[in-house]
Amino acid sequence: MSNEVSMSISVKEASDLSDQGNIDRRKPDYLDQLEAEAIYIMREVAGQFERPALLFSGGKDSITLVRLAQKAFAPGKIPFPLVHIDTGHNFVEATDYRDMLAEKTGSKLIVRYVEDTIKAKNLKEPTGKNASRNWLQTFTLLDTIEEFGFDACIGGARRDEEKARAKERIFSFRDEFGQWDPKRQRPELWNLFNGRIHKGENVRVFPISNWTELDVWAYLQREGITLPSIYFAHERECILRDGRLLYNTPVIEKDPEDQIVTRQVRFRTVGDMTCTAAVESSAATLEEVIAEITVSRISERGETRIDDQQTEAAMEDRKKGGYF
Amino acid sequence: MDLLRFITAGSVDDGKSTLIGRLLFDTKNILADQMEAIERASKSRNDGEIDLALLTDGLRSEREQGITIDVAYKYFQTPNRKFISIDAPGHIQYTRNMVTGASNADLAIILVDARHGVAEQTRRHSLIASMLGIPHVVVAINKMDLVGNSEDAFLEIAQTYKDLADKLNIKDLTIIPVSALNGDNIVERSKNMPWYTGETLLSILETVNVLKDKNTTDGRFSVQYVIRPQTEELHDYRGYAGRLQSGSLRKGEAVKILPSGTESKIARIEFGGQEIIEAGVFESVTILLEDDVDISRGDMIVSVDNSPIVSQDIEALVCWMDDRKTLKAGDKYLLQHGTARTKCSVRSIEYQIDINSYEKLDEVESLKLNDVARIVLRTAQPIAYDPYQQNRANGAAILIDETSNVTVGACMVE
Repeated sequence: MSNEVSMSISVKEASDLSDQGNIDRRKPDYLDQLEAEAIYIMREVAGQFERPALLFSGGKDSITLVRLAQKAFAPGKIPFPLVHIDTGHNFVEATDYRDMLAEKTGSKLIVRYVEDTIKAKNLKEPTGKNASRNWLQTFTLLDTIEEFGFDACIGGARRDEEKARAKERIFSFRDEFGQWDPKRQRPELWNLFNGRIHKGENVRVFPISNWTELDVWAYLQREGITLPSIYFAHERECILRDGRLLYNTPVIEKDPEDQIVTRQVRFRTVGDMTCTAAVESSAATLEEVIAEITVSRISERGETRIDDQQTEAAMEDRKKGGYF
Repeated sequence: MDLLRFITAGSVDDGKSTLIGRLLFDTKNILADQMEAIERASKSRNDGEIDLALLTDGLRSEREQGITIDVAYKYFQTPNRKFISIDAPGHIQYTRNMVTGASNADLAIILVDARHGVAEQTRRHSLIASMLGIPHVVVAINKMDLVGNSEDAFLEIAQTYKDLADKLNIKDLTIIPVSALNGDNIVERSKNMPWYTGETLLSILETVNVLKDKNTTDGRFSVQYVIRPQTEELHDYRGYAGRLQSGSLRKGEAVKILPSGTESKIARIEFGGQEIIEAGVFESVTILLEDDVDISRGDMIVSVDNSPIVSQDIEALVCWMDDRKTLKAGDKYLLQHGTARTKCSVRSIEYQIDINSYEKLDEVESLKLNDVARIVLRTAQPIAYDPYQQNRANGAAILIDETSNVTVGACMVE
């Protein structure tokens, strides 16, 4: 026997769709909404896992995470360590900032070096024109997760950055080999995050998944957070290669085609020096940087990340292998 | 400026990705390098026409097969609002994906191909939007150019849809004629359909009132974590970290802790370590109580004069999401509701709902992937819930398989 399910309905016409409702509360700002969501996610991590860690790079996204974690657990300290996977090719401004911030927030800082992994595992260091240790970070990261038994790692990835990331969950399950399987992601409904795992597995958690690059900058400005100086315009000797400006550092292998130039630049993202390009800019303050990004016609990773340019699915492949 | 989350429902053939691409393109939210990448990819695939659908297909296998597998999120803004577009496609796993995407949406755009009118999948999308309690539904009758931009064609489909919607619970419905390919009535009003005097799609997205949709009456605070610094100066500090699922709570307000039923008063509310007087819906705050009561993660703090239902016997609509196992009476799962997790067992499957015909199917033995049914559950601990259609945040729950740890069911408690 079958009968039809009936439910009630009140259909309104388009003309009734006005904004005249009784607004009895102050209109929430999108930054407040994003912040509240991120704090909620941070607290879910603390509530659901035994041994979480916050993956910290010294970049603006992880600096944002630290601020959110401070707010989530105030007046207590952040209840998990900051973990940095250091390629040895990081900007000194970023690593100095990292040390300062860990001290200021009273957080435990764990640094593990790609260099050590290369030696211990006898890995072959990539060489050549666009050689980067970026991919090798995965080995060090997975070893570090195992060493400390981390069951959750909080990261600063955003869905607007890259097409594979646009499909990743906020609580992103990794198997015991650290692998991401995009076809078998857990459904993520409402704000109910399922962090249940077996021993050896872990979850990568991305509290600022729903933030855009501009949201992060606007938040840093609103919160009055100082950033590493390389985010602002400064004179720097650069390698001009394929139209991109790379920091002229000994860790980048030179090519006969390269030109050495001195330019006024800033960095829009801060990653490994070998795969992070600078942009020419005169923006010396957060306000000026925001103004520049607002009118920019090129996306963040498109402009500054050489590691994503190699194939159409570069990030997807790295993530499947256990990358951040 | 506030934020609107909307989901687009429709198949590849309905032009869903093209619609999103068109919205992004016409609001100047596609950047130069993204546009170049699309142009490059379009050239290698079809006859060189720029395919805006390529903007939303992120994974390699999706591009290879020309289909979209998983829920994808896109972010854009206009001077009036910020938007999160949720694209929830897929063929086999359609229901599962759409339910996932719809769970957080303020608005649903349901695409109908003007040539085919209200189709089986339109019925399915509409049921899901209604079941998930999405407050605003916009039916976009697409490809109007392919039916000669005819007003009669539009009116006929619109009437058929209204008859269908009568059987559902859609609070706010708008039907508009569009052509995503040509950009008609998406951002710009169409010159090809002068008879249409209503709003464009973007204008609806920009002005729909999401503030009114929030439940601001039932004070519900789920405790996520207990903050106990245990330092010298904060020796006795005990703060309950959590989020207002609905309603608001004020300093000095009398509250009840559920499921225990203990009563107390709010001594202090903090945000980021600073005292605030009142916490509103969806705010993440820390609450301190006047009395030393036993509270831990999973408990709920509610207004003393406005209590949810506290029970171990619950009835819910469930959408089954596991492709490996079925749900049967007698099966045991973990139920996650708010921050509480409790074991539960399935007492019975009351009836299944045919998501295409809306018919109730009795005597159903088991549920498989994408099935929707009303079930009766018995939980090990009582849960404090409100009916989903009154309070989305506090009426929602998920079922977790205890052995695989996978999320296998989406529950809307009734």
